[in-house]
Amino acid sequence: MADKQDKLDQNRAPIYEALEAFRKKRVVPFDVPGHKRGRGNPELTAFLGQQCVGVDVNSMKPLDNLCHPVSVIGQAEELAADAFGAAHAFLMVGGTTSAVQSMVLTVCKRGDEIILPRNVHKSVINALVLCGAVPVYVNPEVDRRLGISLGMRREQVARAIAQHPNAVAVLVNNPTYYGICSDLRAVVKMAHAAGMRCLVDEAHGTHFYFGGGLPASAMEAGADMASVSMHKSGGSLTQSSFLLTGPDIHSGYVRQIINLTQTTSASYLLMSSLDISRRNLALRGRQVFHQVADMAEYARQEVNAVGGYYAFGRELVNGDSIFDFDTTKLSIHTLEIGLAGIEVYDILRDEYDIQIEFGDIGNILAYLSIGDRPQEVERLVSALAEIRRRYQTDGAGLLSQEYIDPEVVTTPQQAFYAEKVSLPLEQSRGRVCSEFVMCYPPGIPILAPGERITAEILEHIAYAKAKGCSMTGPEDPRLERINVLM
Amino acid sequence: MELWFSEFHTPDVKHSIRVNQHLYSKQSSYQRIDIFETPEFGRVLALDGNVMLTERDEFVYDEMITHVPMAVHTGIKDILVIGAGDGGVVRELTRYDRVERIDLVEMDPLVLEACRAYLPSNACRLDDSRVHIYFENALKFIRRREAAYDLIVVDSTDPFGPSEGLFTLEFYGNCYNALRPEGIMVNQQGSPFYAEDAHAMQRSHKRIASTFPISRVYQAHIPTYAAGYWLFGFASKKYHPIDDFDPEAWKKLNLHTRYYTTKLHVGAFWLPAFLEEMLLEVEP
Repeated sequence: MADKQDKLDQNRAPIYEALEAFRKKRVVPFDVPGHKRGRGNPELTAFLGQQCVGVDVNSMKPLDNLCHPVSVIGQAEELAADAFGAAHAFLMVGGTTSAVQSMVLTVCKRGDEIILPRNVHKSVINALVLCGAVPVYVNPEVDRRLGISLGMRREQVARAIAQHPNAVAVLVNNPTYYGICSDLRAVVKMAHAAGMRCLVDEAHGTHFYFGGGLPASAMEAGADMASVSMHKSGGSLTQSSFLLTGPDIHSGYVRQIINLTQTTSASYLLMSSLDISRRNLALRGRQVFHQVADMAEYARQEVNAVGGYYAFGRELVNGDSIFDFDTTKLSIHTLEIGLAGIEVYDILRDEYDIQIEFGDIGNILAYLSIGDRPQEVERLVSALAEIRRRYQTDGAGLLSQEYIDPEVVTTPQQAFYAEKVSLPLEQSRGRVCSEFVMCYPPGIPILAPGERITAEILEHIAYAKAKGCSMTGPEDPRLERINVLM
Repeated sequence: MELWFSEFHTPDVKHSIRVNQHLYSKQSSYQRIDIFETPEFGRVLALDGNVMLTERDEFVYDEMITHVPMAVHTGIKDILVIGAGDGGVVRELTRYDRVERIDLVEMDPLVLEACRAYLPSNACRLDDSRVHIYFENALKFIRRREAAYDLIVVDSTDPFGPSEGLFTLEFYGNCYNALRPEGIMVNQQGSPFYAEDAHAMQRSHKRIASTFPISRVYQAHIPTYAAGYWLFGFASKKYHPIDDFDPEAWKKLNLHTRYYTTKLHVGAFWLPAFLEEMLLEVEP
């Protein structure tokens, strides 16, 4: 947090500039990595390119060190903080998962309560396994027609805060995968009034910091910490991400928390991609995301013109559980053409060579971002029209997705480390689960450690498996058996 | 002075044409458009550096992509032409009195503008009253049409540029849906010779063959295209390109052509062994 009086020059990209300078020096490497600018691994160099492997280098004085930034990485973090309106920004190389876990580990200790919606990404509950905090779930409202979980209602958050006055933080998913936003400003206000921190999993909201007409970003709403998947809508390399903090969070402590689990050999490919992408967004993000939102709006109109599909948008906004909608998201309800979302997702890839982000029981999500062009959008819409013509059914036997209120028996940490036994799935009814079960993507647990396995949940799992969802989480990769508490 | 235009047919094969004069060069929203005056081939249109047509050999392409389907299905009245902004395909089709309507969908208005100015022998019939020009994305245009056409001519550029969407299963399916029950789709199908071209040709044949009940490939010799050897796809809901072909009926029309003949019509569907194998490999 250097002197922020002066607006920083967002044309700069210190890590990128340092790597360029370093490359020109033609330094002889007697350090790691052992491929030595690719010479030791010609097949890898041929595949990734000399330019790429040539900057896969190790931390050193001129290039700084992510564990303890004092020069170019520190400057890149300051520029990122400036671009995102944060007090501090941390470059993350372990994905947004590591950013989310660092947020939770920063504010929670063993036994602390944390208020959060149940439809969080598994990384949040993983953090609870690590630190032993106790989740207080706010059950998200569900849109019955679409079968999707919505945001947290203000009243629900207020009730949870009143019932758990000793909780240390409120965590919000904002936006959800589908683009649904909660009333973030109100949640932050309520949390702060009760002396709690407000954490935001903003994995799907990088563009909120650079868009006109997009929902409020976490930092703008006054949140204390936010995890931003720069690699999702922001254009950086997969696995690179930002952790943002507000003015009341001690950045030195956050750095210590990050260093508990972060690699000491952070990749300069990832870090330079964050640096260059931040510069791009700071300089051109507003215009770019305007185009993305326009393209998504166009796609919604065209998909809805096909008939049968419902590409939903701002018309859902209800002022509370759908406080706002991220118009760059292209989420499409498919049940009316008689196909599960996951079926449309599979047909798009197998028949039409189109890979979308995910399909679940009733919906698909196509991710539009900085790299999309109108001609690909036309292909997607045409393929959806063809799928309707060729595969439409009367919808018999299709289930809508229901949110199932979990019965939490014990904390994720206790359940994860407890004595357990492996049972065939069909014999596990009524037992307490010690592991996760989820469809991936989207990675939102159907069961988390410490929750009761009910008939309803087993039915949901069987249906998702039958429709072809990739089920992940349990020790048994085929999910025929499940670990339960003794 | 030596001025040459070169096109890479593969990274290791180059085809060069001597140029007298560079007549036109513009970057549109989609592609770079160039027109050259050359001693051997007359005027040459290139998009993104790929030869689209030359005055010297365009007749081969434009005749073969139009007269073959027109001679098979004698009831063709409503036609959709996709791409073909130079006007050569439209020029051939307007020679048939029975044609009532030709919708030309070209994404790039600048191609038409350039060809009207510099390639009048191709663009000469674009103002025919039966021709309706739409500057639109073809996928978007055709999604909204159902059983509206007797013939669709897909005159695309190669499958690696802005025309990529015209080589997809979704596009062929949309074409099927836009054709009447006796309709035919004819497309330029690339070259089977160089490996990358051959692979793309197989992919699109596979997609067409899985969409239409009848899908056959025919060939022609076009000196300025890669390997000088070009293919067309004939996809049809009802008519077989040879079994349902009546040469005498076409001859009665008295159309003078320089490449197409009724004998060549049949012969063009007899393919070399390696090509037959490549096609069989991907047919359902």
